[in-house]
Amino acid sequence: MSAQIFPRNANAIFLASLFGLVMLVVGTIAAMVGFYLSPWYTDVGVAKAQPVPFSHKHHVSELKIDCRYCHATVEKAATAGFPATETCMSCHSQVWTTSPLLEVVRTSYQTGEPVVWNRIYDLPDFVYFNHSIHVAKGIGCSSCHGRIDQQQLAAKAQPLYMGWCLGCHRAPEDHIRPREEVFNMEWDVNSLSLAERQRLVIEYQIPTDGRLTNCFVCHR
Amino acid sequence: MVHSVRRSIFTRIARLAWLPLCFLLVACHVDMYDQPKYKPNDVSNFFPDGRAMQPPPANTVPLNSYNPDSPLMTGRIEGQLADQLPPEIKLDAALLAHGQSRYNAFCAPCHGLVGDGNGVIAYRGPMTVTSLHNDRLRTVQIGYFFDVITNGIGKMYSYASRIPPEDRWAIAVYVRALQLSQNADVALLTEAELQQVRAGR
Repeated sequence: MSAQIFPRNANAIFLASLFGLVMLVVGTIAAMVGFYLSPWYTDVGVAKAQPVPFSHKHHVSELKIDCRYCHATVEKAATAGFPATETCMSCHSQVWTTSPLLEVVRTSYQTGEPVVWNRIYDLPDFVYFNHSIHVAKGIGCSSCHGRIDQQQLAAKAQPLYMGWCLGCHRAPEDHIRPREEVFNMEWDVNSLSLAERQRLVIEYQIPTDGRLTNCFVCHR
Repeated sequence: MVHSVRRSIFTRIARLAWLPLCFLLVACHVDMYDQPKYKPNDVSNFFPDGRAMQPPPANTVPLNSYNPDSPLMTGRIEGQLADQLPPEIKLDAALLAHGQSRYNAFCAPCHGLVGDGNGVIAYRGPMTVTSLHNDRLRTVQIGYFFDVITNGIGKMYSYASRIPPEDRWAIAVYVRALQLSQNADVALLTEAELQQVRAGR
């Protein structure tokens, strides 16, 4: 019988380090998943600095200006339409005309140089989202943009993961609302019963045969 | 016996040694996230003014049956403000409802929901906003409203870039309905409507 190379407690050390290694791997994976879902990675609820500290809360909630006043193409085009400087100046040539906060807007209007805003919702280039079809089928602004009317500086309300998109494409009745309530920020989906919402899905001719989850619906 | 058990544990672990390599595979291939193409409102390093959406050159017109001189696009018939709707616009309840939604979105901030010039911007600003309820505007041709929305007037900016021509006509029609709502002859009301008015509803 050969001499023992390892002391007796080597067994315990080996098992303990095996356990530690497994915990390290599991912990690393858990930390990565947690980071992936956290606002540090998704930017959900993280307001970005903008060249002008534009407040949706003030304009939407306090002044009651319709979303479409600035996002004029939301019912017609893929993009909701980013307001031109001219849109800002429609009112701000009359109100807050000397505010230093709006100097950027006035300069832009005089020189024709666009104001460079920081994009909040940035989809990957292989996703072809279309605002107009969602609005036409009774999906409201707040379904994706949250209570933007309560935000001073705009922030993302959804991480925009594909599973989130698919959740609604699989079960549109969980999020649908009457077309005339699309721009109502305070709409509560539970103010209609499930049966009433299912009737809306049929009335708006939203396909429920699984077509909405085909890859090419969003990826082309 | 002990040796063989220990060896088999080592062997099992060794068989899984490729697992950490997976982290290299799932890593950050984001090149398709940002493709070399322009999307609306993108920044451009190519054009000198830095925007991907280039303003169209002067005198650009869309490709279709578009006629920039038609009553539909100008609100004028042979240079005079149109006193009737262009043939492309059909007057019905749907047009009025559409006009109402456009009016409430684009006009109400200044002109107010009933057109009395008491919108929230008018309330906050130093200016006086024209009320839609006066004899001049009640008797003016309907093309006048289209013309003002298209070209702006006084302190009011042009809304041509934000409201398509068909929607401008819908708004003009709705303005007529608003004017009637604030200036209706009692004799025109039915008995049921009169009772509603008397009940204060």
